[in-house]
Amino acid sequence: MKTYLRFGVLVAAIIGTLAWLAASGINESKTYYKTISELKQLPASESGKRMRVTGDVVPGSIKRDGERVHFQIFEKEHNQTLNVVYMGKDPLPDTFRDSAQAMADGKLQQDGSFHANSIAAKCPSKYEAAPGKPAQQPLNPAKS
Amino acid sequence: METLGAFALLLAFCLSIYAFAASVSGAVWKKPFLIVSGRRAVYAVFALLSVASGILIYALMTSDFRFAYVAARSNKAMPAVYKFAAWWGGQEGSLLLWSWLLSFYSAVVLWTNRKKHRDLLPWVIAVLSFTQIFFCTLNVFVEPAFQMLAVGKGVQAVPDGNGLNPLLQYWLMAIHPPALYLGYVGFIVPFAFAFASLVTKQPGEQWIATTRRWSLITWGFQSMGIMLGQGWAYAVLGWGGYWGWDPVENASLLPWITGTAFLHSVMMQEKKGMMKIWNMVLISATYFLCIFGTFLTRSGVVSSVHAFAQSSLGTWFLGFLCIGMVVTTFLILRRLDYLKSEAQLESVLSRESSFLFNNLILLASCFAVLWGTLFPVITEAVMGEKITVGAPFFNKVNIPIGLFLLLLTGVGPLIAWRRSSWESLKRAFRWPAAGMFLTMAVLGALGIHHAFALISFGLCVFVLVTIAMEFWKGSRAIAAKNQMNLVRAMFELTHRNTRRYGGYLVHMGIVIMFIGYTGAAFNKDTTKEVRIGDRFQIGRYDLHVKSVSDGDNPNYSWQRAVIGVYAGGDYLGDLQPERRVYAASQQPTSEVSIRRRLNEDLYLNFASMSQTDADKAIIQAYVFPLVSWIWIGFYILMFGTLVCLIPSKVKYSYAKTQVVGVYARQSETAK
Repeated sequence: MKTYLRFGVLVAAIIGTLAWLAASGINESKTYYKTISELKQLPASESGKRMRVTGDVVPGSIKRDGERVHFQIFEKEHNQTLNVVYMGKDPLPDTFRDSAQAMADGKLQQDGSFHANSIAAKCPSKYEAAPGKPAQQPLNPAKS
Repeated sequence: METLGAFALLLAFCLSIYAFAASVSGAVWKKPFLIVSGRRAVYAVFALLSVASGILIYALMTSDFRFAYVAARSNKAMPAVYKFAAWWGGQEGSLLLWSWLLSFYSAVVLWTNRKKHRDLLPWVIAVLSFTQIFFCTLNVFVEPAFQMLAVGKGVQAVPDGNGLNPLLQYWLMAIHPPALYLGYVGFIVPFAFAFASLVTKQPGEQWIATTRRWSLITWGFQSMGIMLGQGWAYAVLGWGGYWGWDPVENASLLPWITGTAFLHSVMMQEKKGMMKIWNMVLISATYFLCIFGTFLTRSGVVSSVHAFAQSSLGTWFLGFLCIGMVVTTFLILRRLDYLKSEAQLESVLSRESSFLFNNLILLASCFAVLWGTLFPVITEAVMGEKITVGAPFFNKVNIPIGLFLLLLTGVGPLIAWRRSSWESLKRAFRWPAAGMFLTMAVLGALGIHHAFALISFGLCVFVLVTIAMEFWKGSRAIAAKNQMNLVRAMFELTHRNTRRYGGYLVHMGIVIMFIGYTGAAFNKDTTKEVRIGDRFQIGRYDLHVKSVSDGDNPNYSWQRAVIGVYAGGDYLGDLQPERRVYAASQQPTSEVSIRRRLNEDLYLNFASMSQTDADKAIIQAYVFPLVSWIWIGFYILMFGTLVCLIPSKVKYSYAKTQVVGVYARQSETAK
């Protein structure tokens, strides 16, 4: 019985440690998926959370300002637009153009704009998901 | 021709149902003719699926764009090898490849076992056919590969196809999916035998002995598939990593983890008759994770950056998984009496215990990866809000797990069965531990203070020393006894017990891969906008932009930067990162240029032309220390797996007789 008790303690210790690591890992990297209309309704207290938001790039809205890129994304369903500022250092994907479907990863600011650290995009017509394989450059997986 | 293909698929579907029904009824009512006819149906399914696949391949090779599939995945300008690879370049085709591989495996299993296991085989066929029915359903009704464009009736002739996704036009990618599928599909066979032995109430060592080689080969292919994927991500995707914890990658890792746990824990059952339930659970989990992995990659249920595409496959897979898991769980519970352990754990310091912890920790890792992958789905179901977790979560859990596994890799093989004393442990691990601390001290003195990296390098040396000592002790004894030199004695030693020493080689491969992975702690990167003549620096390298040129060929147009690499004033050669825009798909891709060396890789990516200044190119430069060791470790791992497959020269029968004795006694009491 004593042997089994020892095993129990060891197993519990291992699982406990891993659970603790997992919990802190989740807290560190959790990102909320939000639609543009959901973002608009969020209280200001939510602005610290990492979020991921998807929409179509409004044609003609992409403007460069030194290192930053300003653009707008549009949600058809609720007829909402969101101002996004891209602050990341990696070059934007080639697929990021007018009308492309873009996914911005970042934080909502107090003024209602969205500061993105990374952008993923696909052309609406040309994209064909590579079967079983990443068909696009992952969202900076090494750094996110 | 297309009608023949579609008909062959439909017939294969019907015959799979027949094979299933005939085998089950033949086994239940003891009708040999039914069993034999079911067996022949399996061969016929293989022939039919080969015909269907052959027709699709023929259409791809001859660029027959009446086929919707060919028009979508191929074009005339692609080299022949990629036309062939387009077989698995799309949803329909890769499901067909799945089915075809399964039918091929089934035929091989039946052929190699045609004179053995008469009582098990009908049930093995039943499991294989049941899976085949499911995949044929997808092939025939959900994602038919033989859809034709109505050329001349509302649709104009298609002059050229869309072409294979450019990212897939790379040699590693051409062989990665088949290798991974050989792994995915292969785990069905050990599971089928396990299931059959449960049904026929023979949960002894028979199914394990029969499928040991299968499991190993399958595991080898699965490892190969994963590694080819990593090699491809590294050389093609341009972000410089080889693993991003993407759902699709995780899907291939999950069955590999449980498969690895299974390969270890069957040893407990073979040697000690322990962990019988556990092995059943492990092989079942591996099988379902293989199906689940296919489901994840095929259905887009977890939205990743790669999985914008949605598909109706999800419900089919979920249904199949549910049925399968319910039946298997029910069967295991019904057979618990036959799965009793024949020995008990005696000490925390024992081989048994090291296996136990190996399994526990592998399963924990599997669970964490699964949890992280499904986190968006889970949170959406529970909290009504989609939340995703990223690489930090996976790394935080899996790095400590990896280090602990590394430790067990060193400790496990040297520790005694049943119980071990601290004294003998001290004797066995004196030198490895000394090596470990010495390495850590030296590296620390050299200025490496990254805690995980220090521990990892230390443990790598620890394990390598234990493995070296094992080879040294064994071959020295043989050399002394048989008057041969040490090198020959080492071959002799390995040949005598290929399973053990092949296993050590696999461990060595893993350790060397860990050295490579640990190098990632010291990665450097920079992104620069440069014009011709500019210089910039990364690490010890001086990079000099010599020219930027462009051109095109029928398949793609390209821009290429020629960058001279200098270090400490010495000229080391040119790197030529390239950007391509494929004509058919208009999709741009990067062709990275890598200077591969054993100590570090210099990796250049031509990201794009600058959008603010048309003269400037954006170049991303990375230095990746020790990356080459990942690939080297992988070759050693594959070599070790092959060694394990060679039959041992000396049969170690003593362990087996003991177990057979216990088994015979038990089956008597069972009667």
